[in-house]
Amino acid sequence: MNSIIRRSFYPIYNNTYKLTCRLLADAKINEKIDKIVKDNKVVVFMKGVPDAPRCGFSNAVVQIMRMHAVPYESHDVLADENLRQGIKDYSNWPTIPQVFINGEFVGGCDIMLQMHQSGELVEELKKVGIKSALLTADEAKKEENK
Amino acid sequence: MSTTGIITNAIRTKLQSALQTKHLEVINESHMHNVPKNAETHFKVVVVSDKFDGLALIKRHRLVNDILKDELQNGVHALSIVAKTPEQWDSSDKVVESSPNCRGGFGK
Repeated sequence: MNSIIRRSFYPIYNNTYKLTCRLLADAKINEKIDKIVKDNKVVVFMKGVPDAPRCGFSNAVVQIMRMHAVPYESHDVLADENLRQGIKDYSNWPTIPQVFINGEFVGGCDIMLQMHQSGELVEELKKVGIKSALLTADEAKKEENK
Repeated sequence: MSTTGIITNAIRTKLQSALQTKHLEVINESHMHNVPKNAETHFKVVVVSDKFDGLALIKRHRLVNDILKDELQNGVHALSIVAKTPEQWDSSDKVVESSPNCRGGFGK
């Protein structure tokens, strides 16, 4: 009798327990990501770190940020599997890198590249009070030419 | 006999039918990355469609991501997207740059 109960009860209990843990973990990472993007003006979720990106696309974003001299918070998804999946769920975006400006998801590598080329990135940074180094260089050049 | 992979074909078919593409290129870039030979994990798609008209860049990308949701959940983990309207494509130089070089990824 006992073994019957054990065999039917425990799997249900176990699965519910695992599901609950999973939901809690998902909720936790969601909260964590939410806090990160709201506490920092510019956040980049990438593979590797800015000094040593582990992915060509992530590196492209790092280089763009460097060109504009943007101060940003970076997070390595390869160091945390929960974060790697969590960020994809959070922004409903399937790939890494991911760039957030002012708490909002802006895009990945392709979008950053196009925004950089079109000048839109300079504008978006201005909106959050960051002056792009390229803008500064541009103004300096115009002063010289006067 | 075609040597393109199953996923490459699936991507092409889905994008063509959902977006009635005027021009479509599906490029398997997996060989540029730290993955096994014949992998279908990294793609670049060039999509030209009227349906992008009036849509911001991020909305265009989300649209493509949605169409390819299954593939992205099952093996494809990099998708580079060029999404233009026919007018934008015609007035561009139609040159598709190749993606950045791999830097090792998660592997060895």
